[in-house]
Amino acid sequence: MSYQNPHTPPRKSATFDDYTMAEIRRAAATGIYDIRGGGTKRKVPHFDDLLFLGASMSRYPLEGYRERCDTSVVLGSRFAKKPIELKIPITIAGMSFGALSGPAKEALGRGATIAGTSTTTGDGGMTDEERGHSQTLVYQYLPSRYGMNPKDLRRADAIEVVIGQGAKPGGGGMLLGQKISDRVAEMRTLPKGIDQRSACRHPDWTGPDDLEIKIGELREITDWEKPIYIKIGGARPYYDTALAVKAGADVVVLDGMQGGTAATQDVFIEHVGMPTLACIRPAVQALQDLGMHRKVQLIVSGGIRSGADVAKALALGADAVSIGTAAMVAIGDNDPHWESEYQKLGTTSGAYDDWHEGKDPAGITTQDPDLASRLDPVVAGRRLANYLKVMTLEAQTIARACGHNHVHNLEPEDLVALTIEAAAMARVPLAGTNWVPGTTPF
Amino acid sequence: MPTFDLSTQTLRDLNSALHSIDAGKNDLAFEVVNPRGSHAVAVGIDQPVSVDVKGSVGYYCAGMNDGGTVTVHGSAGPGVAENMMSGTVVVEGDASQYAGATGRGGLLVIKGNAASRCGISMKGIDIVVHGNIGHMSAFMAQSGHLVVLGDAGDALGDSLYEAKLFVRGTVKSLGADCIEKELRPEHIAKLAELLDKAGVTDVKPEEFKRYGSARKLYNFNIDNADAY
Repeated sequence: MSYQNPHTPPRKSATFDDYTMAEIRRAAATGIYDIRGGGTKRKVPHFDDLLFLGASMSRYPLEGYRERCDTSVVLGSRFAKKPIELKIPITIAGMSFGALSGPAKEALGRGATIAGTSTTTGDGGMTDEERGHSQTLVYQYLPSRYGMNPKDLRRADAIEVVIGQGAKPGGGGMLLGQKISDRVAEMRTLPKGIDQRSACRHPDWTGPDDLEIKIGELREITDWEKPIYIKIGGARPYYDTALAVKAGADVVVLDGMQGGTAATQDVFIEHVGMPTLACIRPAVQALQDLGMHRKVQLIVSGGIRSGADVAKALALGADAVSIGTAAMVAIGDNDPHWESEYQKLGTTSGAYDDWHEGKDPAGITTQDPDLASRLDPVVAGRRLANYLKVMTLEAQTIARACGHNHVHNLEPEDLVALTIEAAAMARVPLAGTNWVPGTTPF
Repeated sequence: MPTFDLSTQTLRDLNSALHSIDAGKNDLAFEVVNPRGSHAVAVGIDQPVSVDVKGSVGYYCAGMNDGGTVTVHGSAGPGVAENMMSGTVVVEGDASQYAGATGRGGLLVIKGNAASRCGISMKGIDIVVHGNIGHMSAFMAQSGHLVVLGDAGDALGDSLYEAKLFVRGTVKSLGADCIEKELRPEHIAKLAELLDKAGVTDVKPEEFKRYGSARKLYNFNIDNADAY
């Protein structure tokens, strides 16, 4: 019997994998870069790479269901006459009416209100429904100033000056023509059906010195009542946080690259900005160096999914977290219930990210009245409230296990890292060692 | 007439008084002396008050004005009348950058010159500049009218939407998607109205050229990428 040379299987390139080659072909065929919603899809070091140590001989835990573990948070105590008091340290991130349907915005307001937290407007202004259904509403002050007016500024509970967001630090927004309904067009003072570009820089100030003056104006207009947040994308967190404090922020909102967007270029989402995990410690360090940690509150967002993520962000020094994508999933985004319709759109539940096209089967990222009517805002609001409460219980469970009677008492010493990368970024020791890469010798 | 002296009183005193107007009871005419370049003078007005500022101001004077009449008897720093909703703001001298930025309504009159980015992202405001305007004016301007009796700098109306621009003098260059357009009778009528409101008596509407959007960049097309 003669020797048969074994067949060598075809080998695909790791560099030019199927996805990469499909993207090259798509670009060649269409002449346009890929635009999509959401945050980064690549795997980056994240909270999953951290573990809590729990109580041991040196610490004792608190009893679940018996011993209190507080979750309240006060935001804006530095300068504002009326700081915001929330029951839980989890807020709803800015998402616009325009990017989201009216019922979706209403659901976010309802869910946040039941859970005792705040929701946030987005590019395009404040709707009456959103104000009406949100007990605590943060009003975003964006470069485009779409829908910006002093009446809404005064009826907001806080103002968030948006400098950047994690999905696209340095980038503006984009709402493509297919989502520009009559109402969206009217709110943005633009013709129906055109692509609406939101500027990447504010039109009337440049740099932190100007921003300090701008914040002074906003405080004067609102009689120093409202907390003023500054939202930054995760790029240079140490200096950006320090400059935000210098500019007069009551609260710094720091959004890592897992944070979502309604629509931008995929190349921007995947290649600009830093993972959330890498942003927190430099920002906290900046606050500590200025003697402002806990005086200027830090809200961290970008890839927060569970109470464990909440607890880890707080342990690293955040005062609260913010969720966007997870809140959308809670109210029905990418739900397998609509799988057959996702298939018709050439995708599958869990992967649908063409939010800019306005064809969302779940009725969330759309302005189509028929699709939008699929979302019951009362039911969806309840789902969001449930989810927020579960996250809170999970964070409390961990905090009690670590012996803390307030989730804010979680600290870096409660954590270890599973990977060298995560240890370096979170500045906690690699599990089983005393090694914090970058700060202690190997 | 209530008078606020900003050399002895605070900005907070002034703005809180302007925010506490009861139109039936309060005196509606205010005077501000010694502004000394203060920022955020007379911001957030939401009643039909008049404010005469005797001197020059810093950033954001009359910001978000809604129904007031503010006159600056001097020059104004960046962002005068930014995001104005309604009312009138008059600057007797020159204005710095971003005059009338994102304004949604009302009339801004600058009797001197305006620096760069005048009318940036304007959303319905009418702006009349007696002198010249700087570069990148009316950038991404969405709605409203910008009338310039003098000259305009580089890149006028870059990425313009539906705002209408009228320039009597020269335009150094037009920005992306901004073109000269026909001056039709309705534009002449509007110009006459705005010139009258701005106190311009010796200039005819026919002396202006009109500029607007070519609307080629309204929906993305890869073949227009060189325009950006």
